[in-house]
Amino acid sequence: MTDFSIIGRRIAMVDAAGKTTGAGKYTDDLTLPGMLIGKILHSPYPHARIKRIDATRALELEGVVAVVTGKDAPNKYGILPVGHDETALAVDKVRYVGDNVACVAAVDEPTAEKALELIEVEYEPLPAWFDPEESMKAERDLIHENRPHNLEKDYHHIFGDPEKGFAEADCVRQARYIANEVTHAAMEPHSTLASFELDPHTGALGRLTVWSSTQVPYYLQHKLSLVLEMPMSQIRVIKPLVGGGFGGKSEVIPLEIIAAVAARVAQAPVKITYTREEVFWAHRGRPRTIIDMELGAKQDGRLTAVAARVVQDGGAYCSYGVVSILYSGALLGAIYDIPNVRWDGYRVLTNKPACGAMRGHGTVNVRFAFESALDEVAGALALDPAEIRRINLLKPPCITVNNLRVTSYGLPECIEKVVERSGWRERRGRLPRGRGLGIGCSHYVSGAANSIIRSDMPHSTVNIKIDRDGGVVVYTGASEIGQGSDTMTAQIAAEVLGCTLQRVKIVAADTDLTPIDIGSYSSRVTFMAGNATLRAAEEVKKQIASAAARKMNCAAEDLIFRNDRVFKRDAMPSAPSAGDSSAVAGHVEGQILRGSLQQKRKEEAPKDWMTFEEAVVAAIDFHGALTGTGSYAPPAEARGGSHKGGGVGPSPSYSYSAQVADVSVDEETGEVTVHKIWAAHDCGRALNPVSVEGQIIGSVWMGLGQALEEEMVWKDGLLMNPGLLEYRSPSAIESPEIEPIIVESIDPEGPFGAKECSEGSLAATIPAISNAIYDAVGIRLREVPFTPERVLAALRARDAAAKKLDLTEGVDPTAPTRFREHGGALWFKGKGPKRHELDQAVAGNPHGSSADD
Amino acid sequence: MKKELLELKVNGRRHELAIEPSKLLLDVLRQDLGLTGSKRGCDDSSCGACTVLVEGVPMMSCTLLAASCEGQEITTVEGVAEHGALAAIQKAYGDWGGAQCGYCTPGFMMTVKALLAANPDPTEDEIRHALSGNLCRCTGYTQMYQAVKGAIEAEQKGGKQEAGSRK
Repeated sequence: MTDFSIIGRRIAMVDAAGKTTGAGKYTDDLTLPGMLIGKILHSPYPHARIKRIDATRALELEGVVAVVTGKDAPNKYGILPVGHDETALAVDKVRYVGDNVACVAAVDEPTAEKALELIEVEYEPLPAWFDPEESMKAERDLIHENRPHNLEKDYHHIFGDPEKGFAEADCVRQARYIANEVTHAAMEPHSTLASFELDPHTGALGRLTVWSSTQVPYYLQHKLSLVLEMPMSQIRVIKPLVGGGFGGKSEVIPLEIIAAVAARVAQAPVKITYTREEVFWAHRGRPRTIIDMELGAKQDGRLTAVAARVVQDGGAYCSYGVVSILYSGALLGAIYDIPNVRWDGYRVLTNKPACGAMRGHGTVNVRFAFESALDEVAGALALDPAEIRRINLLKPPCITVNNLRVTSYGLPECIEKVVERSGWRERRGRLPRGRGLGIGCSHYVSGAANSIIRSDMPHSTVNIKIDRDGGVVVYTGASEIGQGSDTMTAQIAAEVLGCTLQRVKIVAADTDLTPIDIGSYSSRVTFMAGNATLRAAEEVKKQIASAAARKMNCAAEDLIFRNDRVFKRDAMPSAPSAGDSSAVAGHVEGQILRGSLQQKRKEEAPKDWMTFEEAVVAAIDFHGALTGTGSYAPPAEARGGSHKGGGVGPSPSYSYSAQVADVSVDEETGEVTVHKIWAAHDCGRALNPVSVEGQIIGSVWMGLGQALEEEMVWKDGLLMNPGLLEYRSPSAIESPEIEPIIVESIDPEGPFGAKECSEGSLAATIPAISNAIYDAVGIRLREVPFTPERVLAALRARDAAAKKLDLTEGVDPTAPTRFREHGGALWFKGKGPKRHELDQAVAGNPHGSSADD
Repeated sequence: MKKELLELKVNGRRHELAIEPSKLLLDVLRQDLGLTGSKRGCDDSSCGACTVLVEGVPMMSCTLLAASCEGQEITTVEGVAEHGALAAIQKAYGDWGGAQCGYCTPGFMMTVKALLAANPDPTEDEIRHALSGNLCRCTGYTQMYQAVKGAIEAEQKGGKQEAGSRK
C-alpha cells in the first residue's frame, strides 16, 4: 500500500505563500475599529503582598480608557484541573518579578506606557525562595498557602525490584546532573486581541471574540469562560497564524485573559502584544532540573536497574508542573528494556516565572542524564556506546514495567543508520585529540493517551463538507503553529478522496466553526487529528462511492478514488491530466447547476469512470449535501497503569530517535564546535518528507541550543538576560549541518502509519554532544549548557596541574552540586555582589555561609 | 509630540504621512501603511524580523526613524513578489521548507534578496554569513540554504513565471 498520490510527497505547506509574501496575518497584525492598546504593569518584587493599587492618576491621562486590576478578574484558573492557582492579574500578592499587577487600555502604545508609570502600587515585600532544594524545606512564607514546603507535587515510583537489580549489577554508576533553565523564545511574541459585540436583544455587551497566538484555542475558550463567568457558547476563539509555540503557547498565558477583561471594562477592543522581555517573564519553559541518576548493568551490558531522583524548579505557579515532573520519570521506560526502576520526583515552587511545557517536556533533562550515565557504564565495561544501546533494546509489541504499551519501534534501525552514516565504526577512537563522536537516543509520545481534562470526549474531531462546487472543506480544531498540521490535514483528506490538493480548503482552530481538538502539544496532532481527518474523509467517500457506484452500475468497493477521478478498479481513465494530481482537473459544464447528469451522460462514452466533481454531484443528487465526521480517542489498552501518576507517559505510539554528534573542543578557549549531527527519527511514515525533515532538524537544532548556548541566568529572582542578545539562540553561523534521516516503522494505528516527528529528537542531541565531548577531550560534563566557561573549568579539573582561573575556581561542571546565581559567590571566589536581603540563603541557612567561601 | 508631514517611498509607491518624528520605520510600515509583513520579534534589534531594504541595503526597521528614510527607496516583503507571481526565492522557501511558522520569513526574504543581488552564486558559507543577522527558531536554517540554492537554479533554468500560467 505504498502507491500513494499525495502521502509521502515533498510539497510546500498549503499556507506557505502567506508566509513568504507577508500577507498572512498573525495576531499583532490584526486591527479593529476603535481598538485600544493594552500594556501590563509587572511586579518588581519576587514575592510581595499588594497593599494598595491607585490608578487615579493613570486614568486622568488623556487617551487612557481603562485600568484593570486583579479585582476585575479574581477567579482562579490553570491549565491543569489540579493546578488552578493563577489569576489573570495578581489579587493579593505577587509571586515573581514580572508577575502581572495591572493593565492599562489606551488609544496608543506610548500613552499606555506613560500611564503605567502613573499607577501607584504599594507592596509589602516578603521573603522569597529562589533555590528549589532550599524552597522545598520551607516552613513559612509559602508561595501558595495550600502547598506546604512549597512542594507543588512529589511522586515516588518503584517498578520491579530496584534494590535487587542494583545488588545484582556488576557495574553501577551514580552522579548528579544539572540542566539549567531554557525557554521557547518563539519568534512571535504572545499577542491577543479581544473584542465584545453588542447584543441586539439585550442592548448590552454580548459575545466575545478573541484572536490569540495560541496552541490551545479550546483551553483558552474554557479558561476565559471560567474567569469572565460567561458561557463558552458566548465566547469565540480564533487562532490566526502563529509564529512558533514549542509549548510556550500550550497553556493560557495571562495576557490572553487580561485583554478580555480590559476589553470588557473599556467596552472597546483591546490588543495586548508582549515585548520580548515580557515573553521571557511569561516563560512557561523547561524548568532547571537536578537529576541524581544511578544506573546498574551486568558485565555483558544488560541494564539491571535505574534510579533517578529529579527535582524541578517550577517557578511560582503550577502550570503544567504535575505533568512535567511525571514525564521526568515515566519516559525512563518505553525506550530500553529496564526491568527495575525507582523514581522520585519533586516539583518545587520558587519565586520565579512559572515553568511549563517545552518541546520534549520533562523527558529532556532526564534523558541527558540517562544517556550520559549509559555511556559511562559502557566505558566502565569496555563496551562500544552504540553496542550497549543495541544490547538493551526492547522487543515490541510489549508493555514496559511502568505500564507503557510499545508497538512500532524503529530505534534499532535509527541506531544502525546513524552509526553507518557517521562512519562511527571507522572513525571513533581514531580521531585526533580534541575531536570526538558521541551517540544519544531519545523518544517521545505521539500525544498523551489521557487528556488533561479527563472525559470520554474524543481528543480530536474533524468535519468535512463537500458541496456542488466540488470543493472539499475540512473543518479541524487542530492548531497550525508552523509544524504543518494544516498541510497534513489537507494531504490526508486529498489522499482518501483521491482528489487534488487544490480542491481541499482547511478551516482550522475557530471555536465557532471547527469541532474540538484539544490542542497542539505533546505531538498529538498528526496521530490524533490526522486519524480524525482520515475517518471523516472515509465517511464522505462512502457517500460519494455509493452514488457513483449506482451511476456506473458496480459495487462501491470496486471503485478507486485517485487523481481527481473515480473509476472502476479495472478501468484506466483516459483523461490527460491523470498523472498530475496537484492541478485542478476538469469541470462539468452546465450540469452542475442543472442537477441531473443523466441527459449528458447518454451521449458520452465510458461509464467506467467519472470526474471527482461528477461523482460529488451524483452523491448530492442522491443524499443531499455531503458531510462527514470523524473523531479519534486513544484505545483503552494504551492508557497505561492505574498507579498514582500513571496517567502521564502512556501514548498510543512512541517516536524514536538516535543521533551521532561530531564535535571539536578547543582546549585553549573551551569552545565546542559541532561539525555535524546525524539524526535518525522513526516517525512511522513521513506524510510530507520536507516537513518531517524540517521538524527533525528544528528539534535537533533546539537541543543543540540548549546544549551549548541557552541558559536563563538568575539573580535573586531577577532574570538577568531577558533578551535575544544575551539569551543566546544559535544564528546561522553557529548552526552546524544536521542530516535528518527518516525511518519508517509504519505504526499500526497512526494515519497511514504516521506518528510524531517534532519533539522526539530534541532530547538525544544534548547527550550526543556531551558524549562526543568526552570522546574528544575526556571530560564528562554533567551541567548543561556546555559553555566555554564550564568546559574550561572541567578541563582544569581534569588537569589539576594546569593554570587556574579565578573566574572558575571552585566550580566543577563534572560534579555539579547546586544551581548558581549570576554574580553569586560560586562564580567569584570570595568577593561578589551582596546577596539580596530577602534571600533565604542569607537568613541563617547552613548552605548560605559555604556559598560565600 | 506633534506630528509632521513626511513622504516615504515604499515598494515603488509614494506615501504622504503625518507621523511623530520619533516614530520608528517599523511602526510606520505596520500601523500607518498597513504593511504588516515586517515583524517585531525583539526589543533590542537582535532578531532581524523587521528587516527591510533601504536603497537595496538590508536594514532593521526597528532601529530606523521613519523620518530619516525620507527620499530613500524602501522595499518591504510586500514588494518582493512581481507580476502577480511568487518570486523564485518565495516559491523556493515554500518548496524546500525554508519557512515553518513563517514569522522570521519576511526578514529572511529581504536579506536573501539583497544577498542574491550582490552575489548571484554564493557558496553555502557565504549564505550562512549573510543570513546570520536573522534569527529563526523553527528551521535550524538547513532547509533555507537548500531553498536559496533552489531559487538560484529555478531562475537560471526557467526564468520568471508569468501570472496566469500554471505548471
